[in-house]
Amino acid sequence: MRLAATARAGWRPVAVVVALLGAWELYVDLGGASTLILPAPRTVAQSLYDDRSLLWSNFLVTAQEVVLGILVAAAAAVALACAMHFFAVVRQSLYPLLIASQTLPIPMLAPVLVLWLGFGILPKLVVIAVVSFFSIVVTTLAGFASVDPDLLKLMRTFDAPRRRVFWSIELPTALPGVFTGAKITVIVAVIGAVFAEQAGANSGLGFLFSESIAQLQTARAYATVVLLSAFAILLFAALTAAERLATPWAHQPKETGS
Amino acid sequence: MAIEARPSQSGELHEPDAGDLAIRVECVSRTFRQRRGDIPALAEVSLSAAPGEIVAVVGPSGCGKTTLLELICGLQRPDSGRVRSAPAALMPQRDLLLPWASALDNAALALRARGVARDRAREQARPWLQRFGLAAFERARPAELSGGMRQRISFLRSLLAGKPVLALDEPFASLDAITRAEMQGWLARVLDAEPRTVVLVTHDVEEAVLLADRVVVLTARPGRVAAELPVAASRPRRRSEPEIVALRERVLETLGAA
Ligand SMILES: Nc1ncnc2c1ncn2[C@@H]1O[C@H](COP(=O)(O)OP(=O)(O)OP(=O)(O)O)[C@@H](O)[C@H]1O
Ligand SMILES: [Mg+2]
Repeated sequence: MRLAATARAGWRPVAVVVALLGAWELYVDLGGASTLILPAPRTVAQSLYDDRSLLWSNFLVTAQEVVLGILVAAAAAVALACAMHFFAVVRQSLYPLLIASQTLPIPMLAPVLVLWLGFGILPKLVVIAVVSFFSIVVTTLAGFASVDPDLLKLMRTFDAPRRRVFWSIELPTALPGVFTGAKITVIVAVIGAVFAEQAGANSGLGFLFSESIAQLQTARAYATVVLLSAFAILLFAALTAAERLATPWAHQPKETGS
Repeated sequence: MAIEARPSQSGELHEPDAGDLAIRVECVSRTFRQRRGDIPALAEVSLSAAPGEIVAVVGPSGCGKTTLLELICGLQRPDSGRVRSAPAALMPQRDLLLPWASALDNAALALRARGVARDRAREQARPWLQRFGLAAFERARPAELSGGMRQRISFLRSLLAGKPVLALDEPFASLDAITRAEMQGWLARVLDAEPRTVVLVTHDVEEAVLLADRVVVLTARPGRVAAELPVAASRPRRRSEPEIVALRERVLETLGAA
């Protein structure tokens, strides 16, 4: 039912996109801008096809960076959130620093890291992890905080040790928060990857974009943007699907009664 | 299928030695201190239960019934007076089943809490599900169960904690009248087969009279003991028995006067 309703409403944004593309095409065809500066959608589509092997090989590089980066960030974030949850000292010591880490300007951080860590995948992973880490920590901590206090009382009357409460109650309660954080982070992770590649790389869509601009291959530059954006959407959808598989209880309609 | 009793570890709040009695609450007062003023919940409440006795506590909403149970379970400390009780397991007012766990795993939670390995805990809980008519729903998640089934699982979970005292907090309040009547008969049979010292909090006077050996009536907040009425009727009891009907009227009168 809901799926059908979504599908029926789904044509509206598609119609908007088609109309915008049409207007853009018309504008360029009527000579509104030089095709070197603003390629028409048709030309971009052509580039997507003609340059497909070039685009694909660079796409694989960026996709790998982003996926690995988010995984590294999620693992580190969950570990830190657990440490903060268990030890007030850790929370008090690190939470302010964590917020401070968000003020690091990524466009400047990226070249510094490349200088330090070289042209390989490592500086990219670090940049992506740094920009992704924070929101996953926050949403995971919020998950821990959402544990029902009455449930903790119940576990106390069962004489449950702290460890048992964590594995049986707290961790499963926090799990949906990990996914929420990862989903929020997809967009910034892709942006982080682009900055990191532009700071120093010889492959990846961010790198290909800069190179295409420099070579006045504007249509190809646009094609990389289209791919990056499609990738972000895809990744978001994949995470949503994984979330539904891993935490189905978090998506059921609220129980009635009791 | 007897469950061995285990000494409580939540000891510091608890004085396990209640003499010949399973529960001895002596002149207990409890006030919640809040910024907007103090909320007195219980005032000089005394109550005791012999081993194997079923004591019902009835009273208007907010009169401190849940507070009383938490005192007995050692989850709160009295401001004055003394609470001594054999180790008690709580059955909370909301069922608080874990939405991600199967009916079987929910029922086995108390076993897991005391360190029984997952497979063994399941093995031990399984025959009980069968006995409670839930064998077919072993793998079902709480969201797939009816209200009555959820309450049975919740009760079983507390029963399997293996404590000599059960503190039942309005176990059937969330159920519709028909299911509630069924569940009351069910609980009477279960406690007949599996005797425990029970404190049954309810605001259903008929339920109290049907199930208990003694009914303690509390006044509106702060809760004081308004009356204590023994229920001598033999079991099994029926709602329509004159003795039960007369006693129900008496409790209702006391409640009205309190
Ligand atoms: N942790 C708390 N902090 C502040 N006030 C509390 C707390 N717990 C209970 N109270 C107050 O104490 C009073 C008694 O609460 P309690 O939950 O024991 O009542 P109850 O008889 O179980 O009510 P109900 O029938 O609605 O379940 C209520 O007025 C409640 O607002
Ligand atoms: Mg209550």
